Amino acid sequence: MAAGPMKMRATLGSGFTDVRVLMSHPMETGQRKGPDGNLVPAHFIQNLTVKVNGKAVIEAQISQAVSRNPVFSFRLKGGAKGDRIEVSWLDNRGETNKTETAIA
Amino acid sequence: MKQRRREILVAAGALAGAFLTGVLKPVAALAAVWNKEAFSAKDAAGALKALGAASPAASTAIAIEAPQIAENGEVVPIEISSNIPGTTSLAVLIDKNPFPLAGKVDFMEGALPFVKINVKMRETSDVRVIATAGGKHYVAVKEIKVTIGGCGG
Repeated sequence: MAAGPMKMRATLGSGFTDVRVLMSHPMETGQRKGPDGNLVPAHFIQNLTVKVNGKAVIEAQISQAVSRNPVFSFRLKGGAKGDRIEVSWLDNRGETNKTETAIA
Repeated sequence: MKQRRREILVAAGALAGAFLTGVLKPVAALAAVWNKEAFSAKDAAGALKALGAASPAASTAIAIEAPQIAENGEVVPIEISSNIPGTTSLAVLIDKNPFPLAGKVDFMEGALPFVKINVKMRETSDVRVIATAGGKHYVAVKEIKVTIGGCGG
């Protein structure tokens, strides 16, 4: 499975903004055997960056222990309607993807 | 002559490959940091040392919300948060995974020290969450039982 699209939803709570992002990614550990009996090479997201209105607020480093098609939830202090949230990732093969949404 | 042509083609292909990896990798390295030493550690102590958090202090101000029993080790939802003032980072270690460190999240101004993510667990294990605040490290531990492991085929 190749890396696919991302989905994100930001919900304004009381005093914080709840953000949930879904990434399509195989997150191969490198420990799993394929149908041919050979190990499937490791292929996983290593870095996640969250930016709000262009400013980085979260930098995450993750391993192959994160499940396939990762769902990553985080919270922002405050937040206002229209604030732009951008989440991007980079995997161990140098592939990247990003998505952007505005707080609704 | 044909043989020679083939050799040249192969060499050109290898060069192109080297060029690609050589060019792409430094770009990736510039864009983001990935603590290879900590993520490659095969035990929790090694990972903690590589994170610079060798002996964290136990804390009750770190919350770990996770099922006590996870039926499917492929997808174990873990929600972590810290009430320690000035928390700048949260890391998750799953002691009995082949590589215990599952992730490290750094929070800057504008983010709350809260993360929810699904992880794979090979077997029943202690899950440690390390919080960093003011240059000090704190830890909370929770055991999660796994019925079917999530690392094999």
